[in-house]
Amino acid sequence: MTFADWIAEPVNWAFLAIALPTLFCGFRVVTARNVVHAALFLVATMGGVAALFLLLSAEFVAWALVLIYVGAVIILLLFGIMITRAPTGIDWTLSGEQQIIPGVLALALFALITWASLEAFGTSTLTVVGEGSSTELLGRMLVTRFVIPFEVVGFVLLGALIGGITIARRDLTPLEEEQRGAV
Amino acid sequence: MTVIQFVILGAALFSFGVYGLLVRRNLVLVLLSVELMLAAVNINLVAFESMLATSELLGQVFTVFVITVAAAEVGIGLAIILMIFRNRQSANADELTLMRW
Repeated sequence: MTFADWIAEPVNWAFLAIALPTLFCGFRVVTARNVVHAALFLVATMGGVAALFLLLSAEFVAWALVLIYVGAVIILLLFGIMITRAPTGIDWTLSGEQQIIPGVLALALFALITWASLEAFGTSTLTVVGEGSSTELLGRMLVTRFVIPFEVVGFVLLGALIGGITIARRDLTPLEEEQRGAV
Repeated sequence: MTVIQFVILGAALFSFGVYGLLVRRNLVLVLLSVELMLAAVNINLVAFESMLATSELLGQVFTVFVITVAAAEVGIGLAIILMIFRNRQSANADELTLMRW
C-alpha cells in the first residue's frame, strides 16, 4: 500500500488528527520544564490514546482509560507533586545534565521496534468497524474464561491499596499518642 | 487502516517514556514516564486485537488487566516516593545516594 492509497482513506485522516497531537503531548510529558504541565500533558496524551481506542472500536477500554487515568491516576500524581513540594514553576533542574545518551538510546529503541514490526506486519490491515459493540463480549469474557485473573487483579488492587496506606502512613510520636489518649 | 501505524505510534510513545525515565530527576516525573510506556503497550494490545479479531477479545481483556495493575503501581509508587521524601526531604533520584559505594 502506497502513501497515496493510505491517505485516501478518510479514517486515516481521523487517525492523523488524533495521533499527531497525542505524539506532541507525549513528547511534552518528558520535556516540559514545569511539573504540573507535564502531568497535564499526560492527561491530554491519555485522552488521545482513548480516542485511538474508540477508532479501533474498543469503547469499554477507552472509557475505562479515561475514568482511571484522567479521573484517578492524574489526581494522585498531582497530589504527589504537591506533597513532595516539587517546584511548581519553571525549573531547569527537573531533568539531569545527561540528555544525549538517553536520547540516542530512545531513538535506537524506536528504530529497532519500527524496523522489526515493519518486517513482521508491514502489510497487515485492520478491520475498522466491527459489528455492534465489543463491550458485551468483553464483559462476558471477564466473568467466564478470565474470571480467575480478574479476581486476582482485584486482590492485587486491594493489596496495593492496603500497602499504600501502610507505607504512606506516618506513625504518631509518643507525645501525639498521649494527647490523643487524653482527648 | 494498517496495523503498522498504531505500532509505530506505540513505539514512539514508548521511546518518549524511556527517554523520560532516563532523563528525569524528580521521582514523580519518572512515574509519569512509566505511565506513558504503559499507555504505549495498551495501544499495541488493542491494535493487535483488531488485527487478529480473536473470538475471545484477548487483547482488550489484557488491556483491562494492564490498566488495573498500572493503577496499583501508581498507588504503591507514590506511597514509596512520599516515604522517601519524608525521610530525606527530597524526591530527586540523584540525591538518593545512601546505598552507593
